[in-house]
Amino acid sequence: MALLELENIHKTYDLGEVQVHALRGVTLSVRKGEYLAIMGTSGSGKSTLMHILGCLDTPTEGRYLLDGKDVSGLGGDDLARIRNDRIGFVFQGFNLLARTSAVENVELPLLYAGVPRKERRQRALEALALVGLSGREHHQPHQLSGGQQQRVAIARSLVNGAPLILADEPTGNLDTRTSEEVMELFSHLNETAGITVILVTHEPEMARYVERIVTIRDGLVVSDEAKARERSFAS
Amino acid sequence: MIAPEEILLTALRALRTNKMRSLLTVLGMIIGVAAVIAMFAVGTGAQVRITERFASMGSNLLVVFPGSSRSGGVRGGGGTLPTLTLEDAEAILRECPAVADVAPRVSGRTQVVYGNANWSTSTVGSTASLLSIRNWTLESGRNFTESDQRSAAKVCILGATVASELFGGEDPLGKIVRVNKIPMTVVGLLAAKGSSAAGSDQDDTVLVPVTTAMKRLFGARFPGKIQDMTIQAKSAAEIAAAESQITDLLARRHRIRPGEENDFTVRNLSEIMEAAQEGARIMSLLLAAVASVSLLVGGIGIMNIMLVSVTERTREIGIRAAVGARGADILLQFLAEALLLSLAGGILGICTGAGGAFLISHFADWPAVIAPESVALAFGFSAAIGVFFGFHPAWKASRLNPIEALRYE
Repeated sequence: MALLELENIHKTYDLGEVQVHALRGVTLSVRKGEYLAIMGTSGSGKSTLMHILGCLDTPTEGRYLLDGKDVSGLGGDDLARIRNDRIGFVFQGFNLLARTSAVENVELPLLYAGVPRKERRQRALEALALVGLSGREHHQPHQLSGGQQQRVAIARSLVNGAPLILADEPTGNLDTRTSEEVMELFSHLNETAGITVILVTHEPEMARYVERIVTIRDGLVVSDEAKARERSFAS
Repeated sequence: MIAPEEILLTALRALRTNKMRSLLTVLGMIIGVAAVIAMFAVGTGAQVRITERFASMGSNLLVVFPGSSRSGGVRGGGGTLPTLTLEDAEAILRECPAVADVAPRVSGRTQVVYGNANWSTSTVGSTASLLSIRNWTLESGRNFTESDQRSAAKVCILGATVASELFGGEDPLGKIVRVNKIPMTVVGLLAAKGSSAAGSDQDDTVLVPVTTAMKRLFGARFPGKIQDMTIQAKSAAEIAAAESQITDLLARRHRIRPGEENDFTVRNLSEIMEAAQEGARIMSLLLAAVASVSLLVGGIGIMNIMLVSVTERTREIGIRAAVGARGADILLQFLAEALLLSLAGGILGICTGAGGAFLISHFADWPAVIAPESVALAFGFSAAIGVFFGFHPAWKASRLNPIEALRYE
């Protein structure tokens, strides 16, 4: 079953005098449990696509079905609700709240889901354990390494039980070894928990973890190929 | 929607993360609220002080003065034509139902001598009623009696200032002083009262029976006449009734024909008190108005900080939006932050203001009255300021586009 389906998605930015066509008719279908990468150079439209996939933005034209539900015409509050319980984000710059402990950062989506405090803390601690950060729950972001910060962000994306994780250049700020650890964590989550992971990147070497590569150029999908995973957590 | 206590906790956590900034913002609020509270307290204190001063003169009072003399076209001032008699005073007490008591008065300056000491003071001839009407109490000794009045007895009651000037530490009771060379026995001592509303020393006086004053001290000027009389109405509500009853009675007794000008004046002292209180009230309002400017400045300080805070925390807002915060959640969080700042400022300001007011009252010997209304007002006002000045930044925060907010460096 398709977790998400894009049909002929257009996104046009109206900058007054000029109109920028960031996406010119993207059609894409992603099954539950897939692990894919969306690749493209900067300016290709992959960031715009990621924003639409993440319900941070809506398409100018076209249909976006998430779990069978059309979300392309929804308003801000409905999109916030969907982001809250269907999608987890992992960003290049980690995007953790400064001067706020790891566990409180992880609790944040649960706060807006209206989960009671005790249960919130319990689930956040479990998510931190899952990404291997037991014992660092009360560290603040500046007391953690880049890899550890990214793992806090991954714990945050998991904590609500979202079926989809969108990772935007998740290893862009990390060294090679830490990058591998983070990528392996995604593989692990994909294989053991069945979480759909969409990786947005321009680094070809990240592609070896995934089983499908979608390439975007000038606002269009130019290739969509399945491949075998070269490395996975299990290997 | 997230629960209200979660909103408050989130706001509190955000304020704690920026301790110094929160503190400075609250400081502006504290100063504003404290200024308003202190000014109100001092202003209310002034009103209380004025009321006290007037109360020390006696309450519900009317004064009847004789009219002015007229010879040809030239008019003398009020009281230049003595028309009031002791019989008038007795008739008023007897016939006006709204009148509680009457004290006739004949007064003048006299030289009082005891032994080597002498002192010039104002001597007042009146009846026993004067003490109760004017709220005088006796430190020791006795008031005048009926027989003192009938016989124009050579007795006197000394004010505290006169007693200390003439006797020093000695007990004056039973001693004989000479008032304008007439020997009189001191039968009573007045308790000290302090200065009057006008500032004169109320204790610098000697009281004698009114008949004594008329026959033995000042009688030569206007035989059988009194200078004026102080009348106490039965209650504040009956002052106006007493005024008209007295006017009617005296007009009848003095055979004033209709249309003719009265040869006496009735003056209502409570009106003077009201005027003075009104003055104090206006003064305190003025002070409060000045103080509210600083409250306003404090409020603008909150808006300023919140606006800066929204810009500085753009990324935080983006993160919150990305993980599912709705516009209302963000709005309420920032509003709650502003509200917490202003309420903390309000509470601390009330305490500081109360402290300041008591300091002022302690050093300036001026009563400070912290009215519960002014506390409630300051508290409500600071909350309103928090919401009013916090709304714009909070609304701005809630309208941020999450994509741009996340990109913000």
